Amino acid sequence: MTTIDAPRSPRMTRSTRRTTRGSFEMAAWLFMRISGVVLVVLVFGHLFVNLVAGEGISGINFGFVAGKWADIRWQIWDLLMLWLGMIHGANGMRTIINDYAEKDRSRLVLKALLLTAFTLTVVLGTLVIFTFDPCPAGSPAELLPSFCTA
Amino acid sequence: MATAPAGTLYRGREGMWSWVAHRVTGMLIFVFLLVHVLDTALVRVSPEAYNAVIGAYKNPIMGIAEAGLVAAIVFHAFNGIRVVLVDFWSKGTRHQRTMLWIVVGLTVVLMAGFLPRHLGHVFGGL
Repeated sequence: MTTIDAPRSPRMTRSTRRTTRGSFEMAAWLFMRISGVVLVVLVFGHLFVNLVAGEGISGINFGFVAGKWADIRWQIWDLLMLWLGMIHGANGMRTIINDYAEKDRSRLVLKALLLTAFTLTVVLGTLVIFTFDPCPAGSPAELLPSFCTA
Repeated sequence: MATAPAGTLYRGREGMWSWVAHRVTGMLIFVFLLVHVLDTALVRVSPEAYNAVIGAYKNPIMGIAEAGLVAAIVFHAFNGIRVVLVDFWSKGTRHQRTMLWIVVGLTVVLMAGFLPRHLGHVFGGL
């Protein structure tokens, strides 16, 4: 439980302060701010290219994704967005669980579920980006990006 | 003994509601992100499987839901920058309320640009 100083108690100094240096929560707090700023750029870029530019959502299909991931820069972009987004989101969910789940047992169960969903999603997403084949054998050519037949 | 939720009571007004909205939009975005990684993973199954599922995102009801999702993302992004400014800018706390209305204004402006374009794509030929 957090204790709050009484009003007008002496200002905390270097020697009286209960140190927060090196704590996990401090690192998590800082991470949320730094990753948040980076994610604004990554996600806005993602939304612009996929939903605003060109034909927007009506232009999204296998060929569109394959065309993007043919460029290593979009692979890196999406990988970074996946990892930062998932850590940022999971840490936010952890904060919410800590705030509202009061029983130790419900906290444990919810955090176990969160960790499972986090791990599965990050591993799956990472594998998809790195093992993606833009020209799978046996698929109709009209569904594939044009460079497959070139 | 019945207890009030610990550590979640706040002081009302704009500060509290922006905090509530940040949480609600954050959870919404996180849940969508889990689904979105799954649907994108279908590119590893087959082009047909991916195109079939992504086709569901193109129907009008999903198109409107996407507009809501984008609005949630835009608000969360701008309000997140406001949170960073409140924490790191020496005058941040003094201007937090003004900054919230800037956040709301920027969200409305960006959505006013996005909605006609996106809904045009969803409903076609508009």
